[in-house]
Amino acid sequence: MLKGKVFKYPDNVDTDVIIPARYLNSPSAEELAQHCMEDIDKDFVKNMKHGDIMVAGWNFGCGSSREHAPMAIQTCGISCVIAASFARIFYRNSINIGLPILECPEAAQKIAAGDTVSVDLDTGVIRDDTTGEQFQATAFPPFIKNIIDQGGLLPYLKAQQDAGEV
Amino acid sequence: MGMTMTQKILAAHAGLPSVKAGDLIEANLDLVLGNDVTTPVAVNVFRGAGFHRVFDREKIAIVLDHYTPCKDIKSAQLCKTAREFAHEYGITHFYDVGQAGIEHALLPEKGLVAPGDVVVGADSHTCTYGAQGAFSTGIGSTDMAAGMVSGKNWFKVPAAIRVELTGSLHGWVSGKDVILHLIGLIGVDGALYKSIEFTGPGVASLTMDDRFTISNMAIEAGGKNGIFPVDDRTREYLQGRVDRPWTAYEADPDAEYERTVTIDLDSLVSTVSLPHLPSNTRTAREVAGMKVDQAVIGSCTNGRISDLRVAASILKGRQVAEGVRCIVIPATQAIYLQCVKEGLAEIFVNAGCAFSTPTCGPCLGGHMGCMCEGERAISTTNRNFVGRMGHVQSEVVLASPAVAAATAVKGVITDPEDL
Repeated sequence: MLKGKVFKYPDNVDTDVIIPARYLNSPSAEELAQHCMEDIDKDFVKNMKHGDIMVAGWNFGCGSSREHAPMAIQTCGISCVIAASFARIFYRNSINIGLPILECPEAAQKIAAGDTVSVDLDTGVIRDDTTGEQFQATAFPPFIKNIIDQGGLLPYLKAQQDAGEV
Repeated sequence: MGMTMTQKILAAHAGLPSVKAGDLIEANLDLVLGNDVTTPVAVNVFRGAGFHRVFDREKIAIVLDHYTPCKDIKSAQLCKTAREFAHEYGITHFYDVGQAGIEHALLPEKGLVAPGDVVVGADSHTCTYGAQGAFSTGIGSTDMAAGMVSGKNWFKVPAAIRVELTGSLHGWVSGKDVILHLIGLIGVDGALYKSIEFTGPGVASLTMDDRFTISNMAIEAGGKNGIFPVDDRTREYLQGRVDRPWTAYEADPDAEYERTVTIDLDSLVSTVSLPHLPSNTRTAREVAGMKVDQAVIGSCTNGRISDLRVAASILKGRQVAEGVRCIVIPATQAIYLQCVKEGLAEIFVNAGCAFSTPTCGPCLGGHMGCMCEGERAISTTNRNFVGRMGHVQSEVVLASPAVAAATAVKGVITDPEDL
């Protein structure tokens, strides 16, 4: 069960504001994390605590394919991103690196900034502890759940290869 | 139920008789691409997971294009990481400074993409090769690593939107205006998770460069890919570039489309996207007179020879307006050389433009044209997000090469018809 305070963002949050290209000259997750959300929420990294949760509107993570974006979010300590919808490359990048993301338009609309939210990744149930409201996110198909359970795409692939399946 | 063109390519590469929207499949890859920003992350993931071989060294392309020639010490380190990996694994299609160019102009030019291929690239504009009738899409660095290891990636089979093109383009109106107009119509998530399939009698009138520009920006509507049918123009383009066998796929007559959007090419006029979303479109005339500080002509969207010919035809005998910096960037070495041979380079320099070696540079605020607070650029690139070309308080207006060149001359947004 994940639990944290909510940082809320609008529709169409793009990868350029999640992690600006001026920092992409480093592949280091730790360095990237220091600048997470800097161009949309200057003090985000200073204000957030490990385990906090991001909630956003439609098309979160649109734009570039930079995996640096979910890497920065994951490494700065965000435990889960809930959005009305995700841009497709951001969606697969998050799954591939094991960052929990949940699609739930109702939760994205109703949860307010600063609320405390609990998330059960196994059931997809999101609970706003501040208001008491509960939401059901779209469940992952088994194939994707399997990748997440193994800690991401490469560990999944390595396990397959070691088992002689690739 | 019939399959779309995209679905047919995916089914063939998954070894399945048919697929339908929503199916999760593993497809064989014909080419895996990475650049100097995304490859180092993929290399770290690849090495970190303990892999020691690639599936096929001839089906991987690594192109150093984003921050090259390296803008700083850190970007030099990125390139070194990618370069060493390429050498260690004997990657055939490794392109360094001097041979490289912007990846999405370079790969088709070098004949590395053919119709019917499945191409993935750790760069969102990998969707460009849909122009050639290939399924191509952007992925992340972990996908790139997985692709290099296994020659496969997982995909959710996309539903599709059909864009029916009628008529033909006129005057200065180009492929860029077509795609900006479409994104304005359907929005930045109008094609989210979906493929965009371009059809209709208007397709035949579009040049390959127009098609590359259109497919390139499918991602700006959220699309997974943007694909054109294979026709005589495609075949002509492939001659002398691709000598391996390839397959032209066609959508079934009963293929299912979630939506059909019709665009009459005859009715289009020069179009721009105002800050800060590509969907924020206006006609160039509607915003004529808006002041700019910089004009950028180039990128994977509009750095091809026909783009530069158009820009040069406007800049010939004219001068870039005082107070405007105009930066012209051919997308590849071959295009650069062509510009020199045709006299375009001389036209640009005489007009007062900076004429640069190939690089993605300014498009993503990397180098070669970053802006400070309060500045505005007209740019033939593909994104105008907050801070895209530099400071968060700088602005990018997206436009065609013709509009960018006319605007560079006037110093304010100008429809080239009015020059």
